[in-house]
Amino acid sequence: MNFSMNLPVIIKFVIDLLAVLLLALGIKGLSKVKSARDANRLAAFAMLLSVIGLLSYYLGTSGIAIQSWTWIIIGSIIGSLLGAILAKKVPMTSMPETVALFNGCGGMSSLLVALGVAIFPISNSLENVDFFKSLINEVSISVSIFVGAITFTGSIVAMAKLQGWLSTPSWTQSKVRHFVNIVFAVASFLAFFDLINGNTTSIWLLVIASSLLGIGVTLPIGGADMPVVISLLNSYSGIAAAAAGFVVDSQLLIVAGAMVGAAGLILTQVMCKGMNRSLLSVLFGGSLSAQSTASGSSGEYTNITSCSVEECALTLEAASKVIIVPGYGLAVAQAQHTLREVTKKLEQSGIEVVYAIHPVAGRMPGHMNVLLAEADVPYDQLKEMDIVNPEFPSTDVVLVLGANDVVNPQAKNDSTSPLYGMPVLDVQEARTVFVIKRGMNAGYSGIKNDLFDLPNTSMVFGDAKQVLTEMIGELKDLGVGEK
Amino acid sequence: MSFISLLWVLLLGSLLGLELIGKVPPTLHTPLMSGANAISGITMLAALTLLVKAGGNVPLLIIGSVSLGFALFNVVGGFFVTDRMLAMFSRKPSNKK
Repeated sequence: MNFSMNLPVIIKFVIDLLAVLLLALGIKGLSKVKSARDANRLAAFAMLLSVIGLLSYYLGTSGIAIQSWTWIIIGSIIGSLLGAILAKKVPMTSMPETVALFNGCGGMSSLLVALGVAIFPISNSLENVDFFKSLINEVSISVSIFVGAITFTGSIVAMAKLQGWLSTPSWTQSKVRHFVNIVFAVASFLAFFDLINGNTTSIWLLVIASSLLGIGVTLPIGGADMPVVISLLNSYSGIAAAAAGFVVDSQLLIVAGAMVGAAGLILTQVMCKGMNRSLLSVLFGGSLSAQSTASGSSGEYTNITSCSVEECALTLEAASKVIIVPGYGLAVAQAQHTLREVTKKLEQSGIEVVYAIHPVAGRMPGHMNVLLAEADVPYDQLKEMDIVNPEFPSTDVVLVLGANDVVNPQAKNDSTSPLYGMPVLDVQEARTVFVIKRGMNAGYSGIKNDLFDLPNTSMVFGDAKQVLTEMIGELKDLGVGEK
Repeated sequence: MSFISLLWVLLLGSLLGLELIGKVPPTLHTPLMSGANAISGITMLAALTLLVKAGGNVPLLIIGSVSLGFALFNVVGGFFVTDRMLAMFSRKPSNKK
């Protein structure tokens, strides 16, 4: 073996090593506010590097045919362009569904690679076709298809549900769904073993059964559990990538896939903790609303006080400390900028304003932070639950904007409630609580909110943006923020 | 590359992933998820390998190309959207008027 033959191998080895290092640093950096943006770019650069490494390796060894180049260019231009356009255009409020969509496509990619290799075995894998090697090949192809298909259909269902294109069908809340999913799972496994035994036609059964399993598992999951599912599916797409790495014999793919898979799992766990739910109950317990009707905790409201925007503004004017509790309703109403104008006025009058961020407010952890950052709210005013909770007793006014379950005192007081044990914001400890809400509809969990019945709580009915716009006018009339 | 050493790679990669994100402020959960998601599009390397090795097999070339498209949609979109989110955090608190 002479040196020039080995050069491409050595170059690829060095580039791959560098890419893994940069990817690891990227993921690590993404978990700190200061370094996050650079870390993201570093990871993107590492990905580019890995592509250059792979292409230069093949250029230096087997060469790349013109035909291959053509299809490489077609695929990359279309994929990158669509991705870039969507990423630029999508509103910040639909971030969770966007991540779900991207994630599903990653899963689809792994699925297609495995499918391609299964139908048209690539010439290289015929080099030493001993039994063991071909078995590994079959297994990794099957795993890649199985996980890839679940990731794809699961993510698409999650996206459709978050977009409101799909609702939760009632049959999925009954026990029937477990039976249906078991059938899909068994069918997948049968196809899996049939495939390993060399029956290649069962590959289609595997594709169909695992796709249906992805749908069947995701469809019954509702509401607040959705981010957990997306995070879990994100972890799956890493596993699918690692499996594809076994299919095409790429260490880099395996490392990166495994890293994302493991990191995604940790993130999923963190999110579950924030909602006081176990991963198992998220996956198999069905949505919270179904349980709540069974346990009878969804009673009638008896003591609702509603008030006008004017009264609310008057109370705000007299306050010295105000805490804002944002939720999904704020995101839906796109009212973050209007809210910022209101709080600016309050601050100018010397009123202390703090934002209380529940770990799972919105549809995704960090959702509110992103939203408020968009409206130029300084991030030192955003306080996490554990830090802000002791501050409520010394607070004059709490404004709840489109949040519901995360401020439900039931989670502390009522052991029969499905929410019981979930950490919540203790807004009821404040002197006055205003809940800005469109109507008396229940929150995402479908559970009655005891907060609304408390004597120190007043409801301000209306769309968050409209109410806040009126509020600006009222505050102006009162002379708040004129100094 | 032998299967056993690939398994080692899988194991060490997983352990690395578990260690990398111990403490993450909730603020960064969404961007982190989105960034990690973009990285999972690394499966584009598998699609590329498929395309290079496909030779003159047109159906395989098409499958590879579609697969590459999906992966790059994931990668490019994922990094851009993460950057968009993080750009919002980069404004310093002192910038407020």
